[in-house]
Amino acid sequence: MIGAMLLHLPSASTFSWDIDQLVLWVTILTGFWFFAAEGMFFWLLWRFRARDGVKSRYITGKEPELKRWINIPHTIILVFDIVIIVMAVRVWVKVKQTMPPADDTVRIVTQQWTWSFQHSGPDGVLDTADDVWTSDTLHVAVGKTYHFMLESKDVIHSFFVPVFRLKQDAIPGRTISGWFKPTKTGNYDILCAEICGIGHGVMGGRIAIETPERHAAWMQAHAAMADAGVAGPDSTAAPASTKN
Amino acid sequence: MSVKTIATQRASMNIPTGRLAVWWVLVSEIVIFGGVLVSYIMHRLGHPEWGEQAAYTNMWLGAFNTLVLLSSSLSAVLAHQAAEQGNGAKAARLLYLTILGGLTFLIVKSFEWTHEIREGFTLQAGGFWSYYYTAAGLHAFHVIAGMCVIAWVANSARKNQELHRVENVGIYWHFVDIVWIFLFPLLYIAK
Amino acid sequence: MAEIAHAPEHHPPHGHAEANWFIKYLWSTDHKVIALQYMFTGMFMAMIAGFMAYVFRMQIAYPGMNVPFFGRVSPGAYNALITNHGSIMVFWVAMPVLLAGFGNFLIPLMCGCDDMVFPRINRLSYQIFLLSALILIASWFVPGGGFGGAWTAYPPLSAVGKYNLTPMGSSMWVTAVALEFVAFLLGGINFIVTAMNARAPGMRAFDTPLAVWMIVVASLLFMASVGPLIAGAVMLLFDQNLGTGFYNPARGGDPILWQHLFWFFGHPEVYVVLLPAMGIVAEVITVFARKKMFGYKTVIYTVVATGVLSFFVWAHHQFVAGIDPRMANVFTVTTVIISIPIAEMCFLYIATLYGGSIRFTTPMLWALAFIAEFLIGGVTGIYLGASGADIFFHDTYFVVAHFHYTFYPIAIIGTLAGITFWFPKIFGRMMNETLGKIHFWGTIIPFNFIFIPMFFLGLEGEHRRIYDYTNFPDLANPWAVSMRITSTVALVVMLLFQFVFLFNFIYSWIRGPKAEKNPWRSNTLEWTADSPPPHGNWREMPTVYRGPYEYATPGRDTDYWPQDERA
Repeated sequence: MIGAMLLHLPSASTFSWDIDQLVLWVTILTGFWFFAAEGMFFWLLWRFRARDGVKSRYITGKEPELKRWINIPHTIILVFDIVIIVMAVRVWVKVKQTMPPADDTVRIVTQQWTWSFQHSGPDGVLDTADDVWTSDTLHVAVGKTYHFMLESKDVIHSFFVPVFRLKQDAIPGRTISGWFKPTKTGNYDILCAEICGIGHGVMGGRIAIETPERHAAWMQAHAAMADAGVAGPDSTAAPASTKN
Repeated sequence: MSVKTIATQRASMNIPTGRLAVWWVLVSEIVIFGGVLVSYIMHRLGHPEWGEQAAYTNMWLGAFNTLVLLSSSLSAVLAHQAAEQGNGAKAARLLYLTILGGLTFLIVKSFEWTHEIREGFTLQAGGFWSYYYTAAGLHAFHVIAGMCVIAWVANSARKNQELHRVENVGIYWHFVDIVWIFLFPLLYIAK
Repeated sequence: MAEIAHAPEHHPPHGHAEANWFIKYLWSTDHKVIALQYMFTGMFMAMIAGFMAYVFRMQIAYPGMNVPFFGRVSPGAYNALITNHGSIMVFWVAMPVLLAGFGNFLIPLMCGCDDMVFPRINRLSYQIFLLSALILIASWFVPGGGFGGAWTAYPPLSAVGKYNLTPMGSSMWVTAVALEFVAFLLGGINFIVTAMNARAPGMRAFDTPLAVWMIVVASLLFMASVGPLIAGAVMLLFDQNLGTGFYNPARGGDPILWQHLFWFFGHPEVYVVLLPAMGIVAEVITVFARKKMFGYKTVIYTVVATGVLSFFVWAHHQFVAGIDPRMANVFTVTTVIISIPIAEMCFLYIATLYGGSIRFTTPMLWALAFIAEFLIGGVTGIYLGASGADIFFHDTYFVVAHFHYTFYPIAIIGTLAGITFWFPKIFGRMMNETLGKIHFWGTIIPFNFIFIPMFFLGLEGEHRRIYDYTNFPDLANPWAVSMRITSTVALVVMLLFQFVFLFNFIYSWIRGPKAEKNPWRSNTLEWTADSPPPHGNWREMPTVYRGPYEYATPGRDTDYWPQDERA
């Protein structure tokens, strides 16, 4: 909802609302001080513009009635900061430090310059014979909690799904886990959010969020293809073709 | 062309300018070496197997080098004393001893490294060795630079000129010494 | 304060008569000449980096077009352009102009000295700096072209030639940056020691102008923070060329190590450039509001607090980088808290206007614009410092907009405040006020139109460092396209207005009206020297009797009271 308010960026995960809400609160709390400071600034410029016969005043800044104008805002800002910190930490812990139990798992492999997604297949278990590998499109079911395992074959990439508000860098030599739970069907962008060479600008992926029924049907059909020996994109995927 | 400005001769903080400058140089050097060493320590903690590699370093040569550097620092201190007494010639001689210490250090180091490289422990041989050569190499670079500066100072001191520089260059040399005193246990002793 | 009895300070005899042009201008040890060398080099590099921005923004707005004066922009060229634009603006524009340019010019003059304490080291620092700039420029012409891994140069991309496809350019970039660091370490010694130890008789620490304080604290920050990155750069060079694996996970190394080393320096670095700009702004607003600085000592304390805190925030650049998530909480606390001393500084500056008699000269317009625009940069930083929100905002155009709202005021607005303010002193002539105001409005208004769209594009999820957004269906919509075009058109307009400044600068230098010693009726010592000051600055060195901001002192008929005027 807030996502739609912020702009036309859909909100498609359980925590996108939390992040949007944090953004909204930061806007309110800092926006207040921003407008107060700018307002005071411009008012002072008008009020104390040079006029004939009016001298400037000798003010050191130690005068208590004036210092108050610095100290009180100072203290209120500290309070606002603490509120922001608490809110930020809560969101952070929810997204990055807790892993709710998974309904399913996907492996995301990044490389120069493509995405490879390993789905668990009809058996729902990763790294079994019926796994479905795709290039460029990640298929997930709405309402299910996913764990993801993020890897890189070469340089640092980053898995960014704007409609989830989710981002995680992929570091070679490591498998980094995280989670998400889609709340809305549709097809959306997956972006690589860390410069990874000359193909960084063509490294787009898509996430297809479907109803559980359609998702299961898709999974079934593709597992059958894999069975039939149709080569998946597990072998080194060619970089996506450059436009123009 | 000597460019002695009025600014150089003032002392608003009652500290001679040269000494103040050397201390600030040391601050930045501490952070440079700090960066290398902290990186090394963090990695070493995560890779206990590096300890096996460290076993191949020659602790006795390292200890000897430590002694050499400490002695060269001693002669730098004595050089400072001589300079304070106005005896430029003596200070210069003691500084030359310091340079000799640095040279000995470097010669021992080159024997060490030649041997290690022949054994196959090169810069690329693994994480431990990469840090070993980089940290000790950075240190050796500072030893060489220090020797050059000391030679230049000794040359003036010999003619009883710029004697205040003897103390400053000594401070720098002590720092080079202290860095080695950190490097020695981290690279040689911790196994 | 008692008169200090001291022997009159004599200029030492120089060993040469009037030097030839080469010695005087290219081999000089005079801090004023060195200052100009840094400033002109910095301004030249700014023109290159500005041109680069024009090229890549044209590509973003009209992908695939044949950009006038450049040609078609390949993906590799695009990456090299954004990498060098950022690197140049931080290391070869902001640092030399603000820190070395104004630092070199102002510190000896504001402190009442004839020069820096180590003039030959000063000269060496510029020469090393020039070398670093030349190496960077050369890196664009070697096989493979210039480095394109962003100014942040994360390995493995930056460390491995087969990933970045610019092996020579990458090594030259690292070398250029490392040399630039060495140049500023050398320069910093001079700024710190001269300001600490070579002040005029009677100038106590708290009688020193804020510009000097700020530049000194900035130099201290730089010296204490750059070391780990120098170490890191050496290690990166070794990985690039000697087959080591400091950042290679397959060899026991860690790519994240570079990030820590880079940002441990990188964050204090932004304050290294911010502080001189704030120092300049402080000098300008006190003069043109005819006011003491509100809370001079408090300003210094907040500056020091910010500097110290700046060492503890660095990993906010790495929230989603794969660091231990628990660490992120520590850094979000420190990052959000650092907004407090900075906000305090901004409030103290604004409070200085209270009770003033404000004249809106060109330098004052720039100084005021600094405050108004920097505030936007400051508050938008909170979105990024709040870890939960940064999950979304990291590597989006929101970040780009945020740091341009901080860096641009620092590097451009602050610089222009300083140039227009001290031009009379440096060149002995007055700049044209009308042209100055045209240039001001023609810069500031477009500036906002360049970067405000980027906040909104970032909110859409538009990620950074992409040469063609039509490759991403959700980002290829007409609204986003129109935002990008708006930014680009505004940039072109802004760049065109810089010709007004160039003309004003050159024309005024050659034929502007002659400047008197103190055209702005300021208190600080540089205004008591001739315009321009001769070699050695004064025939008789000044003595100081009061602080720098005695404006509108009660009981006097003039509204200013120079520091060197006897009571």
